[in-house]
Amino acid sequence: MDYQLIWFGLIGLLWAGYLVLEGFDFGVGALLPVLGKGKDAADTEKRRRVMLTTIGPHWDGNEVWLLTAGGATFAAFPEWYATMFSGFYLALLVLLVALIVRNMGFEYRGKRDNDAWRQRWDWAVIAGSIIAPLLVGVALTNVVRGVPINQDMEYVGNFFTLLNPMSLLGGLVILGLSLTHGAFFLALKTKGEIQRDARALGTTLGLGTAVLAVVLLLWLGFTQGTVWSWIATVIAAVSLLAAIYANTLAKEGWAFIGTAITFAAAVATYFLTLYPNVMPTTLPGGTSLTIENASSSPLTLKIMTVAALVFTPVVLVYTGYTYWVFRKRISTKNIPVPVPVP
Amino acid sequence: MDAVDVARWQFAITTVYHFLFVPITIGMSLVIAVFHTMWLRTRNPDYLRLTKFFGKLFLINFALGLVTGIVQEFQFGMNWSDYSRFVGDIFGAPLAFEALLAFFLESTFLGIWIFGWGRVPEKLHVGAIWMVHIGTVLSAYFILAANSFMQNPVGYRFNPATGRAEMADFWAVLTNKVQLVTFPHVILSAYMVGGAVVMGVALWLMRKHAGTGDEPMYRKATKFGAIFALVASLGVIVTGDIQGKIMTEVQPMKMAAAEGLYDTTSSAPFSVLSIGSLDGSSATRIIEIPGLLSFMATGSFDGTVEGINDLQVSERAKAEQVAARYGPQVAALVTAKSYAPIIPVTYWSFRIMMGLGFLTMFLAAVTLWAIRKGRVPTSKWWLWVAVIAPLAPVFANSFGWIFTEVGRQPWIVYGLMTTSTGVSPSVSTGEVWFSMIAYTLVYAILAVIEVKLFLTYVRRGADPFEEPVDPASKGEDAPLEFAY
Repeated sequence: MDYQLIWFGLIGLLWAGYLVLEGFDFGVGALLPVLGKGKDAADTEKRRRVMLTTIGPHWDGNEVWLLTAGGATFAAFPEWYATMFSGFYLALLVLLVALIVRNMGFEYRGKRDNDAWRQRWDWAVIAGSIIAPLLVGVALTNVVRGVPINQDMEYVGNFFTLLNPMSLLGGLVILGLSLTHGAFFLALKTKGEIQRDARALGTTLGLGTAVLAVVLLLWLGFTQGTVWSWIATVIAAVSLLAAIYANTLAKEGWAFIGTAITFAAAVATYFLTLYPNVMPTTLPGGTSLTIENASSSPLTLKIMTVAALVFTPVVLVYTGYTYWVFRKRISTKNIPVPVPVP
Repeated sequence: MDAVDVARWQFAITTVYHFLFVPITIGMSLVIAVFHTMWLRTRNPDYLRLTKFFGKLFLINFALGLVTGIVQEFQFGMNWSDYSRFVGDIFGAPLAFEALLAFFLESTFLGIWIFGWGRVPEKLHVGAIWMVHIGTVLSAYFILAANSFMQNPVGYRFNPATGRAEMADFWAVLTNKVQLVTFPHVILSAYMVGGAVVMGVALWLMRKHAGTGDEPMYRKATKFGAIFALVASLGVIVTGDIQGKIMTEVQPMKMAAAEGLYDTTSSAPFSVLSIGSLDGSSATRIIEIPGLLSFMATGSFDGTVEGINDLQVSERAKAEQVAARYGPQVAALVTAKSYAPIIPVTYWSFRIMMGLGFLTMFLAAVTLWAIRKGRVPTSKWWLWVAVIAPLAPVFANSFGWIFTEVGRQPWIVYGLMTTSTGVSPSVSTGEVWFSMIAYTLVYAILAVIEVKLFLTYVRRGADPFEEPVDPASKGEDAPLEFAY
């Protein structure tokens, strides 16, 4: 089989894996001010700690999917990596800063027993968890819809070129899906009041996101769609509605699987729309990057394929294990008294 | 400054900063894995307390290593897109391997270790921290393989049809002879750092808690850290010596620049210090050791070391050969005004690296002597030892990298591509400035927070021992042993 095609598919899978996994921890982080609001200050603090603890063992591993998607793009499609990363320069800078402050928030918020300290880090988590999925959505949508690329495969737009209506909508959809996915994850991993509130909010968020997502996917479908991308679009729409329905029936496991499929199907829609391009140009006379002209040599792709075949199952096994070992639901009662640190 | 200069400064700042945390992570994860294993084996409460105490310091440090690492992965594409296009076929693969084999392992098992107290079977919990350590070492292997390709490109061929360097032999890239000696040198340097950090912190606490019940525990950690740093530093010297000889073979200019040696010399001396400019005219060597440079470069005190002036000529001739062989596309990549790096930077960074390394070794040895047979060193000078011992090897690592990378200039890939041709054409100087200021500000703020937090936790010392409770005996609503 054709290695370029395999790697195009694998990079799609990596993005899907990234959004399915980090999507829920983005959502949990962004919902901190809403679902983390309790009766009083003490309850608020406990609720926030419950929320953060549900994603605690997982967010770092989830983020590696982004690094792997980046590394795999570099190795398999160096031209794509070079054009996209240098072209989306400022957007990626903001994304990196958002991820940095967010991760530091997770790690440092509990390290001092001080309200002002915790509040500041909470804001870092919240802002980072909103900005990051928004930018990922904007970037991926721009890749699919096309950006100005000249005949030397250099991006010739600027930061504001990226802020076109379709891509901004794409950003909102990824953010909305993350929030919904995060709410369903919390309903699955907690009990008591947080679970109840997450379930209620999940339905509202899901319906709002469904409207935006349908507009985006129809827009994309009617302008650039193919038969295969339409099939993926239908799967995305149906799985999202099914997820919302499952949530209303309090079947949180199914609801979470539902939004996971929505994310994967949305990425599939994007990649099936893209193919055989990887980064089409909107510039007359420009060169679109394709899986042919952007790819690595057959030898590199072959080596990478073998590595992916051997090591990805191993990664999936131990990643699966972490979800299994931390499978117990938690509630505010499980939160230990903070150790006083001056 | 033009875009190339700013992009270079940005790479220097972000990479040196990132690498302050990396050796601490590699070294300390091993020490903690050993302490945790000792707890499992001996059930001596001291080891559990030390595991948890150094675990906290480790995580405060790890957070910054992690977030600054993400920037590194993106930076090649953002600032160095022409470099990425030209060598991505070879250079991208080790990066992808690093993510797939190392980052997943490290981050997933660290999650298990952090949240696993009282929730994961104990043996598996100890196994998790070992996996974290293995992850850090694997990560080092792949990123150093990528770097070694830049120092000594092997296993590639130039493809005129695509106009880029392409993979010919991945095994050759992974077993580059520069890599085979750089990897142990870097890992052992990281172990030296890990040992010295544990030694310094524990020494400070041992003096603070002298005469209390905690003194023996901190003594244990001090001794362990000191021995670990001492043994590692011996390995650093041996591997560094081999590295010098291989470097002389593949990058003779770097060795000449390390001494500021302009004329080819037999039994060349090594100057410990010098004053005056190092441009070949007026430098005065203060302390010179006869024949030492020859020994470092060739293994013989009488060996001949080529000087910068001769090497300028031969490097230019080599570049012209490459240009003639591969045509005009490559000619543009290999043409430079000078084929020598900035001599004062290479000269001094080489000496600072070695000086700080030897200082670490010396401090570990005197500490070991001072705490022998139950002694507690009392002089207030020991406070300085506790502070300097962890910092010296960290900065030795920084200067080692400054030497390695600056010494390779003007090349980004030695003999194949100059640094100025690797930069992103589509990114403006203003954008690179903007991102550099953004990173520098964020990094500076985080550094202040990190150091304060680290010191707070050092001062607090180890928490009292608590007998672990069997998770199975706990009720549904029992508080977790660890939560964010």
